Amino acid sequence: MASTWGAYAGRLLAELGADVVVVEPPGGHFTRTYGPFAGDRAHPDRSLWWWFYNSSKRSVVLDLEGADGRDHFRQLVGAADIVLEGELPGRLADAGLDHADFAGSRPELIWTSVTSHGRASPRSSEPWTDLTMMAASGVAWMNGYDDHSLPPMRGRGYHALQIAGVHAAMATLTALAYRDVSGVGQHVDVSAFAAGNVTTEYGTVLHLVAGQTAQRQTGRHAAVQPTMEVQVRAADGRYVTTGFPPQEAKDFQVLLAWLDELGLRESCPEVFFLEIGIERGGINVARDFDDPEVVAIFAAVRTALVHVATHLPAVEFFEGAQQRDLQCGIVYSPEEAFENHHFVARGFQVPVAHEELGRVVRYPGAPFQMGASPWGIRRRPPLVGEHTAEVLGEWPEGPCITLPPHVRSGGG
Amino acid sequence: MTPTSRSNRGGRRREAGAGPTALGHLTICDLSGQLAGAGATRYLAAFGARVIRVEDPVRQGRWDIIRGVMPHVDERRGIELGGGFNNHNVEKLGVTINLRSERGKDLLRRLVEVSDVVTENFAAGVMARMGFSYEDLRSIREDIIYVSNSGFGHSGPYSTYKTFGPVVQAACGLTFGVGAPDAAPAGWGFSYMDHMGANLMVVALLAAVAHRNRTGEGQWVDMSCTEAGLGLTGPDLLDYTVNDRPLRRPGRPDSNHSDQPPMAPHGIYPTCEEDRWVAIACRDDRDWAAFAGVCGEPWVAEPGYTTVAGRLAGEADIDRYVAGWTSGRSRRAVAGALSAAGVPAAAVALPEDRIDHDADSDAWGLYPLAHHPEIGSVRVDGVPAHLSETDWHIERGAPLLGQHNREVFCELIGLGEDEFSALAREGVF
Repeated sequence: MASTWGAYAGRLLAELGADVVVVEPPGGHFTRTYGPFAGDRAHPDRSLWWWFYNSSKRSVVLDLEGADGRDHFRQLVGAADIVLEGELPGRLADAGLDHADFAGSRPELIWTSVTSHGRASPRSSEPWTDLTMMAASGVAWMNGYDDHSLPPMRGRGYHALQIAGVHAAMATLTALAYRDVSGVGQHVDVSAFAAGNVTTEYGTVLHLVAGQTAQRQTGRHAAVQPTMEVQVRAADGRYVTTGFPPQEAKDFQVLLAWLDELGLRESCPEVFFLEIGIERGGINVARDFDDPEVVAIFAAVRTALVHVATHLPAVEFFEGAQQRDLQCGIVYSPEEAFENHHFVARGFQVPVAHEELGRVVRYPGAPFQMGASPWGIRRRPPLVGEHTAEVLGEWPEGPCITLPPHVRSGGG
Repeated sequence: MTPTSRSNRGGRRREAGAGPTALGHLTICDLSGQLAGAGATRYLAAFGARVIRVEDPVRQGRWDIIRGVMPHVDERRGIELGGGFNNHNVEKLGVTINLRSERGKDLLRRLVEVSDVVTENFAAGVMARMGFSYEDLRSIREDIIYVSNSGFGHSGPYSTYKTFGPVVQAACGLTFGVGAPDAAPAGWGFSYMDHMGANLMVVALLAAVAHRNRTGEGQWVDMSCTEAGLGLTGPDLLDYTVNDRPLRRPGRPDSNHSDQPPMAPHGIYPTCEEDRWVAIACRDDRDWAAFAGVCGEPWVAEPGYTTVAGRLAGEADIDRYVAGWTSGRSRRAVAGALSAAGVPAAAVALPEDRIDHDADSDAWGLYPLAHHPEIGSVRVDGVPAHLSETDWHIERGAPLLGQHNREVFCELIGLGEDEFSALAREGVF
C-alpha cells in the first residue's frame, strides 16, 4: 500500500525482482504531490519524489471506502506473498482489512506494518514528518556544527523514511527466509522511531556503556570531548576530509615525498615531526596518548595533510591521497558523485525510458551488485492507476505464493 | 532504573530456547568487522543465525579497530573490553584462525564447507589475495553466498581506495546534504553509512538466500558502500538528472528546511534551555492555523502567512519569530502543546531522553541487556522490528577472542581432539 514509511521498502523488494503492486486511493497517493516535478510542472505523474521511491512497481487504484474497492483489495491480499503497509493503526482494522482479517485463511501470509512508533503505540496515531522523526529518534542530535548557537541538523533525503524502510525490507526478508523453511507467515511490526534510535552509532553506545553524551561537531563524529578538525577547504573552495591521520612510518615518508613533489616542504614546518616519526618507526597514538612527542607527531601529520589540501583542488587532493594509500576523502555533491568516472565506470547510472514524456531519465543504480539475481529497475514508476485492470485481471482469486519446492512438497 | 533491573524485553515474544528462530537454519562464516560489516551479521544473529566471527589470533583481532577501544564500562582496558565492539557483535560465536598459514586456510575452507554465507568488509582484493575469491569459495561449496561490502566496490578506478564511514558518506553526496545554507558541510556526526551499508548488506544477503532457496544457486554480492549511499540522496538526484538542477547551488543544502514538500515554518528552533532544541513542521495551512492558535503572538496574524506560498516568501522572518517564541519555553512544553494541537513537533532528543526516559523505547524493549564474560551486563541496541512468530532475541554479548574455538572446530567442523590440540600448538588459532 502506498505510504511514506513503507515506500522505500517496496522499491527495494521490487528492484530485487518482486512483483510489487502499489495500491493507491483514487487520484493517486498524496506523496505524488511532493516535488520537485519533472519540468517543474506539478502533476501526480511528474513527482520526482514518487519516481524515486516507486520505480519498478505497478499501480492499482482502489477506493477502500467502497465495497468494490475492498473486494478488490481482498483479492490482491488473497493472492499476495507479502503485504507492506504504512497505515495509521486502526484504519485497516476498521475496514475489516487488517492482518487479523486474513491471517486465519492465509497462515503463510507475511504482513509488514511500518508506523512511526509501532502498531501498539498511541504515538503512531500522531502526525510525524521526516524532520520531527529525525529529532525524536536521536539522529538529529548527532549532526551540526562546532558552533552550538546553530541548531542540530537533519540530512536532506528523507532519511527517517529510508531508515524505517530499509528495516522494513530487512524484517520482511527475514520473515520470508523463515517461511521458506517452515511455510509459516507472520506479522512484522516496524517502528520508525526505534529504527532511528538504533542508527546513531556512538551516540547510543556512549550513553549505554559510559553514561556520556556525544556533542555535535563540524564535519566529523560527535564526541564527548572536542576532537581535531578533519574537514578542510581545498584550494578550489570545495571541501575534503583528512580522515584519521596515518601513523605508520611508510605513510609519513609518502607524505614527505608528496610535499616535496608539490614544492611545499619549505612552507611546512611540521616536516620536522614527520621525520622524527619516521625515525621512531611510526606511532601508536591510542597506546601512547600520554607521550607528548607522539601527540605532536600525530598533530603534525594532520597539519601536513591540511597543508597539502589547501594547496590543491579538492579532487586532486582526494585522488592523490588515495593513490598514495592515505585514507582521505572528498565531499562530493550528489550530482558530482553521480557523474564521477568511478561511478560511471561501474554502471551506476541507469537509463530508464519514460515513454509518456518521450525521454530517457537517468536513475541511481544498484545499492549492491548481485551476480546471479541482479538488482534492476524493472519499469519506470507507474502512472496513477496505470495497472489497475491489468493486475486485477491477472492476479487470481486465491493464493499464488511462491514457496520453494521443498516446502511445497511438505519437507524442510 | 539501573541497567541490571531492566528485563530483556527485546525477547519478550520469544524467550531463549522458546520456539523457533527465523534464521536458525543459516550458518554465516563472518570475516567482517567494524560496524559496516558487523552490524549486518549482528542483525542475523539476533534472529537466530549461527554467526561465526573469524578473527586473527596474531594481531588479537585488531583489524577490527573497534575491538578494545572506548567507551568502557569502568577503568579496565584491554582487547576484550571495547563497548562498541560488544554492542556490534552480540549473539555471535568467536573463533580465531591465522590465515597466513596453510593450515589456517585449510581450517577456514572446512568452515566454509559448513556455511551458507561468507561475509566480509575488507578492502577490495584482500580476500582474493588470501585465496578466498568467489571462485575459490565456490570450489569449496558450490552454492555458497558470498557478500562483500567495500567502500567503492571491486571494480572501477576507485576500487583500491581505502575508506571508513566518514570517507564513504563524504564521497557519495550524503555529507554534502547536511548543513546550513551556503555554509561548510555539517555532515553526519556518526558513521551513518556503516549503519545503512550494514542494513543493505542484510537485504542483499537475504535476497540471495531467497534466490538460493528457489534455484539452488549461490552468488557473489559486490556491495559498494558509496553506491549504496548515493542511492540514498533521494529525489535531489532526480532533480539533477531530470531538471538539470544541481544540489551545489546557492542557498543549499539548508537541510532543516523543507523544499519538498514545501513547508513553513519547518526547522529546529532554540528553547529556553542551553543547547536544547525543538523541531517543528507545519505541513499545510491547517497545521499553520493550529500553530497560530497555540503560539498566539501578534505576528501570526499577518495575512500573508495564511498560505504556504506566503509563508515560504516570509520564511526568514517566520523563522526568527518562531525562534523568539520557542526561546521562552522548554522543548517539551513546545512539542507537547503543538503535538496536542495536531502539529508535528518533537523535542530534539538527547541519548538519555530516548533511551532512559521514553515509554515507547521501554515498551519496545529497544535496549536489551547483554551479558559479556568480562565486561559484564550492559544494555545494547535492539532491533526496530518485532516478528510475531519468530522474534529477535539478544542476551549474549560479543565473543571473546577465540571463545568458541572448541565448540566450532570440534563440534561443528568435526576436528578430533588430537587434531585440535595439534593445531592449537602450531598457533593456527
